[in-house]
Formats: sequence, structure tokens, C-alpha cells
Amino acid sequence: MSSIREEGKDQIIFVTKEDHATPSSAELVEEDPNDPYEERGLILPSGEINWNCPCLGGMASGPCGTDFKDAFSCFHYSKEEVKGSECLEQFRAMQECMQRYPELYPQEDDKVSETDKTSQDSASAEISGANSTSPTVQDSNTTQPNTEGSVES
Amino acid sequence: MLKCRNVWKKLAPLARASSTVCRQNVRRAGLPNGRIPARVPVAHMSTGPTGGGGENHLYVLLVGAACLGGGIYAYQTIKGDQQRYQDRINEISSRSQKAATEEPTTPIQSEPPAVKASKTEAVPEPETQAAPSPEEPSPPVPDVELAAAPSETAEPPPEPSPPSEPSPAELTEPPPAPVVESADEPVVEAPPEEAAEPPAARVVEEEQSPPSEPSPAELTEPPPAPVVESEPTAAAAAESPSAEPPEPQPEVVAVSGVDSTPASLKVPSHTPYLLIGGGTASFAAARSIRARDPGAKVLIVTDEPDLPYMRPPLSKELWFSDDPSVTETLRFKQWNGKERSIYFQPASFYINPEELDSAENGGVAVLTGKKVVQMDVRGNKVKLDDETEISYDKCLIATGGVPRNLQVIERAGEEVTQKTTLFRKIDDFKSLDKVTRNIKSITIIGGGFLGSELACALGRRSHESDLEVIQMYPEKGNMGKVLPEYLSNWTTEKVKREGVKVITEALVKSVTCKDDKLEIQLKDGRLVKTDHIVAAVGLEPNVDLAKSAGLEVDSDFGGYRVNAELQARSNIWVAGDAACFYDIRLGRRRVEHHDHAVVSGRLAGENMTGANKPYWHQSMFWSDLGPDVGYEAIGIVDSSLPTVGVFAKATAKDTPKAATEQSGTGIRSESETEDTATSPVASSTPAPAMEQHKDDYGKGVIFYLRDKVVVGIILWNVFNRMPIARKIIKDGEEHADLNEVAKLFNIHED
Repeated sequence: MSSIREEGKDQIIFVTKEDHATPSSAELVEEDPNDPYEERGLILPSGEINWNCPCLGGMASGPCGTDFKDAFSCFHYSKEEVKGSECLEQFRAMQECMQRYPELYPQEDDKVSETDKTSQDSASAEISGANSTSPTVQDSNTTQPNTEGSVES
Repeated sequence: MLKCRNVWKKLAPLARASSTVCRQNVRRAGLPNGRIPARVPVAHMSTGPTGGGGENHLYVLLVGAACLGGGIYAYQTIKGDQQRYQDRINEISSRSQKAATEEPTTPIQSEPPAVKASKTEAVPEPETQAAPSPEEPSPPVPDVELAAAPSETAEPPPEPSPPSEPSPAELTEPPPAPVVESADEPVVEAPPEEAAEPPAARVVEEEQSPPSEPSPAELTEPPPAPVVESEPTAAAAAESPSAEPPEPQPEVVAVSGVDSTPASLKVPSHTPYLLIGGGTASFAAARSIRARDPGAKVLIVTDEPDLPYMRPPLSKELWFSDDPSVTETLRFKQWNGKERSIYFQPASFYINPEELDSAENGGVAVLTGKKVVQMDVRGNKVKLDDETEISYDKCLIATGGVPRNLQVIERAGEEVTQKTTLFRKIDDFKSLDKVTRNIKSITIIGGGFLGSELACALGRRSHESDLEVIQMYPEKGNMGKVLPEYLSNWTTEKVKREGVKVITEALVKSVTCKDDKLEIQLKDGRLVKTDHIVAAVGLEPNVDLAKSAGLEVDSDFGGYRVNAELQARSNIWVAGDAACFYDIRLGRRRVEHHDHAVVSGRLAGENMTGANKPYWHQSMFWSDLGPDVGYEAIGIVDSSLPTVGVFAKATAKDTPKAATEQSGTGIRSESETEDTATSPVASSTPAPAMEQHKDDYGKGVIFYLRDKVVVGIILWNVFNRMPIARKIIKDGEEHADLNEVAKLFNIHED
């Protein structure tokens, strides 16, 4: 049972797990999906990529920012069966750029490289962020590392 | 050539007509300074004075007025040009004295005429290069044409041809010939023959020579000026069929460039984006600008010697590091095992300030060790402490603040101030680390975030070493201004358990130095003897630029007063600790937290690139008091407000350590935003066995109310629920039962 205590202007309530078992009756204001002020995720409501998303870290703003944007945009707008399959050139350019800055984009040979991981995760963020997910997108996410793997080797 | 002649043939009648009318008009008016082309053949047209009627007169009048106006304009411009020519010659002669070879001078001479001639003179140009004297006819022509084009900055006609005021008689002479291959020229060139249309020529010239625009006057670096001017030459020359000019020109470019580079110009004199201050807000803005404006050139000017870094670890993680060289590497191990540097990015991320202008894809350059001392808002430029001036398009002021000091310490004399640390920067961390290894007792004055965190950090160190750590403050308990009393007391007990001697309700009366030890006299009579003092008594926002920039300073909160979009004045934004901004939801405030610096810096960057968004995403803050107690907070968290706290008992799994392990991040504000991109680290580490807290306040949520609306929330040992808290504050609703609201947080879950 919850107990309530008052200490001056401050109220203190102790609750047990059972007390909080019932759903909350507190009402929250409905979110406006088109609220222009809201911080957006990776994909904006218009379908464009939000380059300023904190989830991208410094990828879009660093020295390889331009290459990254090209590669990722190509991937994002790709309509191929194997999504991003026509973007090999851009990804290669991005890889090359990143290799010039090993400090910023650490490449781990044994594990999946940072760039792959981030692109993958950005892609997965895209998937989780977007409302409508098509199965093809899901598939391409798994195939993408393969493509990148071949680029690397 | 043929083409031009055809065109000339077509336009000749028109030329003749207007010139005739002109002459007649001038004769009538009797004005001596009308520049009439004397060479135009006299021909009588049907629209002679005998023909037509009133409308004819009107026509004649208009044309005459235009001629007159043009003539006067040309005269005046030439006069001005003469002066500029003189100045330019003087400058060049001083520079050409440095020139090693004879060559530069000659090409330089031929170069400006080429510039001025734009493409018209390209052909006669190579021919006249070798022989300076024959250049006379051509340069005077471009002179006049250029007279009409004040945008041309370089006026030095070749020295051999001194008269820079060519008689208008020569105006029409060469152009017919040099109205050259450049296909787009001819139509445009022919009319400018007429004194009647110098303005048109000016327009033409401007269109033709945009490359020379970038070096406006001698405001910007002189060395690039001859370089740039040579470029249009090269460009112009390139258009001519003759291949000669382009070759010597680039060489000239190189030579003149090399010879005349002054040593002081390492700093770009203009930058599109100028960020004053090199801290968290500045870096966040730089990142935002680069993300939104592709190829943006951002210059950060900071008076610190370091690249942008984050401050929270300076009072927490860095002290917990086992690495003895931590003061050099400044790397800390996050709870999840991942190591990172406090620097946001390594040095390779940035480009050199000297290279900023020429960087193809732009970049972020950091100018360290330079302080901006003056700001000229009307002129859109700033002045540094070494007299350098930098002009900008958009400017961000993110100057943060300086730690406050106690007056009693300031007045106590050098001996005392030498043993006092005001903690904020990397240097302060390094020196404090060194000091604490050699002393026996240290006192921290201040019971807020910084003071308490440092006390806990040093308290931990006291376990290993012999260090006595004392913390004193005027409040009744740690975080007394933030936490409600019961929690503040609980926290104070926690701090004591970390090994800190806490002295509450302590007001410092005086500090003296005796026998190399400091003696702190408190107002209630107590005396505290210690070796070193750390004063953590607040931050004074840095508003040094307010006066010169004409910016408003807020009297209630301090800092620059800005609107909801963080704008102070046109082209000037302020973010971070120094910004007193209007929060649409919570009212005007000034926030001194890390996440706020990130959020406001990011927002300022967005607005500098045209977003026009108000401060909307509420920033959060957090504090850890040792590995067992941590909380996250959002909004206005002021202990003077009425609060409602909802608590459950804490289990061993509820600690800050476990929270970061789960989310895979080290800095807690990042855990919610970066979570989407970074794959969560699978936390298979069992929660460390810890004693169950006997206290009541294990974990819970505390709501801060203002007029029955929740304006602040503290998540007490409850983590990764900030989005819910943010939502509640954003809604700004009056909730009847806050227990119901607390249910939303699932405090009993992990």
C-alpha cells in the first residue's frame, strides 16, 4: 500500500510494485507527427535523411562527411532489389576517405569495421525510425554488409 | 574578326545617329566636358533638327542627357581611377622590389591591362606584351572601359603608359579590331564605344569578370589579390586564340604570390561561420552547421590552448581512472569498458585555419590561444587580441563563463590565491591532480554539482592516499538548492560515506595563510586548517563582448539575452552557458549544463543555417555521487518549489554503472540519442553484489511543480526514461494525481 508523507512543502509517496501494477490514468497530449519544432530521428517525415541526427555522430560533418552523405543518400534512395547495389562506387569512395583518417574512423580488421557498423546501424535506425518498413529493406540490411565486405576485400 | 565587323557594320548607323545627336546637343548646350567621340563620321539623318517635331526634341533631349550623364560619370571615374592607380603602383613598386626576377614586372604590367580589358584586349595583349610602348593604345581603352567598371580593383596600367586618362578620342579606335573572337563579346562591346553607355559597359565588365570580384580592394590579403587578378587574366587570356598569355600568367601568379606573402596572414580574414569560444556549445554548432550546409567553412576561435572537449569527465571519470598518465592522455574508461578521450574529436578531424579558405569541401578549423576582444556588429567583423580582424557572415558567441571566486579569497592576498583552484578547464584538472598528490588536506568550498562531484572523487582518492577531504557550504545539505530537503540530507550522508568531511551551514569569513597552511575562519567561529582550497561557488557568464557588440545582458540570470531562437541580433547567436534564452515552455532561463550546451549549440547551428527553430527539445542533466548514487534531471529543478516524490525500494541492479553498461554509452545524455545508432552492448555482466540500501529513497521520481504544473523532474536512480519525463514537461498539463503520472515511469522495473 502506498504511504504518503508531508515534509513542509514536499510530499513523499512510497509505492510498492502492486501499487503501480494498474495502468496509469494520467493523460498525455497526443503527439503531432508534423510538429516542426520536434527533434527528428534519422528520417524526416518527408522521407529525407536528417543529417543532423545525433545518432550519426560526426559522420556527416567530418572530413569524410561529403562522401558519407553521397554514399548513404544513394543507399537511402536506392530502389534496387538489392538495396544499395548501385552504390558501390560511393561506398568505395567513402571507405577510401575514411582510411585516410584512421584516428577518426578506426578500422578493426578482425571485427566489422566502424564504418560498416555505423552504416549498418544507420540503416537499421532508418528501418526502426521509419513507420512503414518493407521486407525488402529488411533483407537489404543483411545483404549490405556483404556488399561492403566485398568492397573492403 | 569578320563577325565583329559585320556586327559593327550593323550597329554603326545607330552609333552614328546617337553620336550626331550628342554632338549637336552639346554644341547647343555649350558644355566643354562632354566626351564626344570625335572620330564618328558626320552624317545627317532624317531625324535632324529640321525634321520631326516635339517628340523628336524629346528624343534628342533624352539621348543628350544620357550622353551628358555618361560623360560626367566617365570623367569622375577616371579621376578616381587615377588616384587608385597611383596607390596601386606604389604598392606594386614596393612589392616588385622584392621580386627576384625581371619577368614578374613585365607580365604584371601586361597583366592588369589584360584584366581590365577582360576579353577584348586578349588578342592585342600578347602582341603588346613584349613591347610595352605599343600598349598605349590598348590600355587607355580598357582604362576608360574600366573606368566604367569600378569593380575592377587593380588599376595599375603598365608603367610605360602613364596617361591613364585616355582622351575619349581613342575610345572608339582600337575596339573595332580587338572586338575579338570571344563570341559573347561583340554585341556587348560595340555599344560601349559610345560615351553614352559607359554604365552598360560597367555591367558588362562586371559580368565578365566575376573572378576578380573576390578580392575587394585591399581589405583582404593583398597577396591573393595579384593572384586572383592574374587568374581572370589567365581566364581571359585563355579565351583568346593566342596561347601565349595563359602560360606566363600562371607562372606570374606563382611568382607574385610567393614574393608578396606577408608573414602575419595565417588567419583567414573572412569566414562564413565564426564561432567564438571552443567549448561544447561551439562544437555542437560546428557539427550542426557542417551537417546542414554541405561544404561549410567554420572557424572556431578559442582562448584555450585545447581543441574542443567535454567537461563532465573532468570532475568525475578522469578522477576514477587507474591510468597514471591520465593527465596527459585525458582518456577515461567509461563504465561499459569503452575508453574515449574527453576531446570530442581528434586533431585530424579539424583543418588548419590557413587552409580553411581553400578547402574544397569546407571543414572546421580551430584557432587556439586567441581571444576575441572586440566585435563590430555593423561591419560583421571581430578583432582578436593580436589586432587581427576577421569578418564573418554568421557568428555564434559561445564564450561560456569563468568560475566565480569568493571575495574573501580574492582579497586575502597572493599566498592564499596561489593555494586556491578555480576549477573549470583541463589545466585546472592537471594542476589539481598534481597538487592533491603532494598535500595532506584539501577543502572544497561549495555544495553544488561541481563541489559535490569533486568532493566525492577526491574522497575516493583519500582511501588510497593520506588525503583529508573537507567540503563546506552555506546550505544544510549537498545539492541543497536542487534537491528537496529530505533528499539533500540523504545525499549528504552518501557523500560522507565516500570519505568526505562535510561541514554544513558554513559561511567563510576570512582566509589567511600561516606557516604555509591555510586557515579558514567561519562566521560561526569554527576554524578549518587545510593545505589547498577548491572554490566551486558558481560560474560567471562571460559577457565581455556585450559592450563592443551592443548586445543586451540579462540582469536576472546574467549572460547575453537572446530570443527563443537563440538569436541576439542579426547574424549573431548565443548558445551554452552564456545564453540567457527564452524557453517557450518554461520561461526565460540560463542553464549551465553539458546537455544544454549540446542542445543549444546544435540549435544555434541549425538556425545559423536557416532553420528558425525555437528552443523546444528540453535538455537534461545528470550527476553521479559515486558509483551508487546517480540521478538524471530535466527542466527547472529548484528546491524552493513544492515537490512530490514517488519512491520504491532500490535493488542492486539500480545503479548508474548498470545503466551505462546497458545502453553502451559513457555519457548519460548520449544514451538516449545515440542509442538508435549504436548497437547496445549485450550486458551479460551480472549486477555487482551490493548491500541493499536501508534508506527509503532507493529509487524514484520527483516532480517539481509551479502553479500545479510539472516544470521539473528528477529521476532518482531510475535510468533511460528521460523521454517520458521530457514529454510530461512538454505537455505542461495540470495533473491531479502525480502518483498516476509516476506510474508511467515503471520505477519498479529495470
